[in-house]
Amino acid sequence: MAEVALETQGLTMRFGGVIAANRVDFKLRARELRCLIGPNGAGKSTFFKCITGLQSPTEGEVYMRGIETTGWMPHQIASLGVGMKTQTPNVMDSLSVHENIWLAARRFHDSREADRKTLEIIDLLALGGIARDDLGRLGHGERQRVELGLVAVGDPWLILLDEPAAGLGAEEVERMTAIIHELNRQAALVIVEHDMQFIRSIAETVTVFHQGKVLIEDHVDRVMSDPVVSNVYLGKKS
Amino acid sequence: MPGDLKGEAIAIAVVTGALILVLPLVIGTYTLTVLAIYGMLGLSLGLIWGFGGILCFGQAAFFGLGAYAYAISAINIGESTIPMFLAVLVPAVFAVFLGAMMFYGRLNDVYLGVITLVVTLILFKVINSTAGPQYMIGNARLGGFNGIPGFQTLNVPGRPDAYIWGDSYFYVCAVLLGFVYLLVTVLLRSSFGRIAVGIRENEVRMSLMGYDVRARKTVMFAIGAAIAGLAGGLFANWAEIVTPNLFSLGQSAEIIIWCIVGGLGTRLGPVLGAAGLAYLKFLLGQQAIIDNALVTGLILVLFVLFLPKGVVPALSGLWRASFGRRAPGRIRQRRRSRHRERLNG
Repeated sequence: MAEVALETQGLTMRFGGVIAANRVDFKLRARELRCLIGPNGAGKSTFFKCITGLQSPTEGEVYMRGIETTGWMPHQIASLGVGMKTQTPNVMDSLSVHENIWLAARRFHDSREADRKTLEIIDLLALGGIARDDLGRLGHGERQRVELGLVAVGDPWLILLDEPAAGLGAEEVERMTAIIHELNRQAALVIVEHDMQFIRSIAETVTVFHQGKVLIEDHVDRVMSDPVVSNVYLGKKS
Repeated sequence: MPGDLKGEAIAIAVVTGALILVLPLVIGTYTLTVLAIYGMLGLSLGLIWGFGGILCFGQAAFFGLGAYAYAISAINIGESTIPMFLAVLVPAVFAVFLGAMMFYGRLNDVYLGVITLVVTLILFKVINSTAGPQYMIGNARLGGFNGIPGFQTLNVPGRPDAYIWGDSYFYVCAVLLGFVYLLVTVLLRSSFGRIAVGIRENEVRMSLMGYDVRARKTVMFAIGAAIAGLAGGLFANWAEIVTPNLFSLGQSAEIIIWCIVGGLGTRLGPVLGAAGLAYLKFLLGQQAIIDNALVTGLILVLFVLFLPKGVVPALSGLWRASFGRRAPGRIRQRRRSRHRERLNG
């Protein structure tokens, strides 16, 4: 069995009376690509935030490569080599694309090496033409791509992406797919997505969340044809 | 980048030197000294607020602490070198504790403002109520609202009899201001400075990238306090007395106004704002028709309404619009890509 990149045991998050995540057991192998789907409020983003330390879970444990990281601060988890893209673009708007990526690279490399890595990522993501522009003035798709660059430049072995394809055009989605496959050669990925076509094109295994719980976890084709899934997620009566 | 830094260092030295030579022809050195000191104080807040994103309502607390640390230790030691270092060190250490408490406690900006404000008030109240003879630190009587007069002023290091005063003291203050300005420049170009700006822009993103935001903000806060403390020590030497008014809310508010008027996010703005407004206050102090605070308030309102970015950003924007065809970043990029081509070919 391959190495386990991420594991949660009985992960539970309560907000007052609301249970956003309810005893989630989740396991991700190294270099696996997993999609999380589920209707709004199913607890996907909460699950993400508990893993990255943005929230600490009420109960349960999180393990990364066998190290327990429950209750760690986000920067400690990131320092292990975990990259995350949040649902809304979370970038440094008044700084240039180059500076944004450089800051991400600098965390893991010295100043000169960070310069080199930055140029490398800018080439990889085809951001050369806008490298000196302030991020705040760029379009949504470009910002999404830059944020992916921020994640990728740290050479993470675990990447968590919250809706990377949201609001992107068809061409940009294609490019995003290529980038994700590129990242997947080094890292395990967990991707929260709504775009079914996008999921079909990248995923093998899909985990479906519903009301804070894992509803089903299976191959993408079987999940898509599952009557319970289409009932809760696609809102169809089967 | 190091080449650019060298150029900037030379520019700072030349401009400082020129101003030291020219300004005394227009304004008396006694006034200029305090303008330079206020410039340094403005720079201290300009650094942590404009680049670090930390709005401190109590920068005057560090200024006052620096002044009191100098006065008290100068009386006890009788020589000015160690007291000058203490004027920097005491506020910095105080800021490390205060900052760690606030940043590790994950307080948001509003509470940060309230706490720094209240700390200033507490220091004011405490020092104000130390009038009795029982309040002594070593040989120094704290003196309550009367303050501490008659301490050893700045002397040539190692020679307590060789006082530095008058014009020479102005040169010392102006050179120190230029030196601090250079240090701030170096800091902002370093990785630490660039990361600090990143934290100002987006704390969540920076922590998701693996940076310990709390520790970095605490260090930044302490650097600002150290600069304010140095300004406080210099001020004590200039005024030859320290009083609780150094900790007053009015003083704190003024520093914030200097930064807003001069321009946040620039190094020069807070220095110019401080010196300019302080000089205006000095001029207005010579007449009795208009109240000082009224004018300062009016200036602040006008700036917030019509020039919200402040003088320096507005002027540099105007300069770029009329002279620079391209943004400087693009020129640098061109040069770099040309350089790369040369390397490749």
